[in-house]
Amino acid sequence: MSESVSRINIACRVNGAPRRVQAYPMARLLDVLREEMHLTGTKEGCGEGECGACAVLMNGAIVNSCLVPAVEADGMDIRTIEGIARGEQLSAVQEAFLECGGAQCGICTPGMVIASVALLERHPHPSDVEIREGLAGNLCRCTGYQKIFASVVRACEATSDKRPGKQ
Amino acid sequence: MRAYIPAYDLRVPGSLSETLALLSREPGVWQPFAGGTDLMVLLEAGKLSHKRYLSVAKLEDLRGIDVTTADVTLGALTTYSEIQNHRLLQKEFPLLCTAARETGSIATQNRGTLGGNIVNASPAADSPPALLVYDAEIELISARGVRWLPYHGFHTGYKKMQIAPDELLRAVRLPRRVKKWRQYYRKVGTRRAQAISKVCFAGAALVEKGTIRDVRIALGSVAPIVLRAVKTEDALFGKKATPTIIAAARETLAQEIAPIDDIRSTARYRLRVAQNLLEEFLSQLAK
Repeated sequence: MSESVSRINIACRVNGAPRRVQAYPMARLLDVLREEMHLTGTKEGCGEGECGACAVLMNGAIVNSCLVPAVEADGMDIRTIEGIARGEQLSAVQEAFLECGGAQCGICTPGMVIASVALLERHPHPSDVEIREGLAGNLCRCTGYQKIFASVVRACEATSDKRPGKQ
Repeated sequence: MRAYIPAYDLRVPGSLSETLALLSREPGVWQPFAGGTDLMVLLEAGKLSHKRYLSVAKLEDLRGIDVTTADVTLGALTTYSEIQNHRLLQKEFPLLCTAARETGSIATQNRGTLGGNIVNASPAADSPPALLVYDAEIELISARGVRWLPYHGFHTGYKKMQIAPDELLRAVRLPRRVKKWRQYYRKVGTRRAQAISKVCFAGAALVEKGTIRDVRIALGSVAPIVLRAVKTEDALFGKKATPTIIAAARETLAQEIAPIDDIRSTARYRLRVAQNLLEEFLSQLAK
């Protein structure tokens, strides 16, 4: 068996709260979130950066957490799907997904919501092309995408006078 | 099979000098790790054979886009997102911005770096054809000093390059000489978003009254390295893009590239598409 390195201390903010964990430096942020912090809302799909199911926001930018080694999360501000709703109050994006049937089996949904939030923070009034580009990194095997697209459009309408994604 | 994660080391040196010192003291032991968008994929697949890495992600000396009247210098850690959002790059180096926009998803573009795209040395990488067309130069640094070299010639074979084990790619410099050039970039993959290319083509030409005064052409995924098609360029200097000249250029290109059958495409398809992209590029010059 290969020799092992030691776990290292990682300090970051997750959904607004300071967190400290020990992890192997090359552990995937995805696994650190799910197994060390018990934030199991973030899903693993492909594990190779293609499907977007593990998407989280890192310092405000969308990243695939399966491709981020734990050590790179040190000092970062991370927002997962658990940080999108405020308590029991869903965000406009989540409400829109419910209303428009944007979720079926649910595996892609956390990543889709994160991608939609990231999109609406950059483009509060996205064009059709911008919506398609914003969601191009997230794969769904159930919906055929149309209802997800409609959910994003609905979220924009619902928040036309508010900033989407920020409750 | 998944990798055994505790076997992998990823250290975070506090400064550039510390990084270079470590690379110099133990050459070949440590490899740089930037955005991780390629290495983490190999890790998960159990195919990442090297075990010890130095994270360079927080080294400020490898960041930033500096503009002078003569050139634009991009730190090796410049992400695809930073490239495509940069005003001057959009205006003067659109091929690089298009390449950045067509590399992976937004999540990948936020992490993947220009330097990583170069030293990962994939023949299917999207930004190198643009860099070749722009006559890019690259800066390599080590504890021994600094050296600049032309990017053309840096890759010497499949995954082989002119970089010593103690050297780090610090920056990429683009001369601002193509403002008046006609520019063309097209990547052909299985689907329009987030595909690895079957063929990637970048071209730029200085055209005066229909005559090609200068031209540069580069292709990805058609040879063991991203290729500058110099023989095809030579066949075009001083010519007008007539049907006869275009037909001849297609033949020259066929002699110059060496596409293969692999998981993404076939040699036959790649050859045909590479020739068609060349024709599309040259036909636009004639207009």
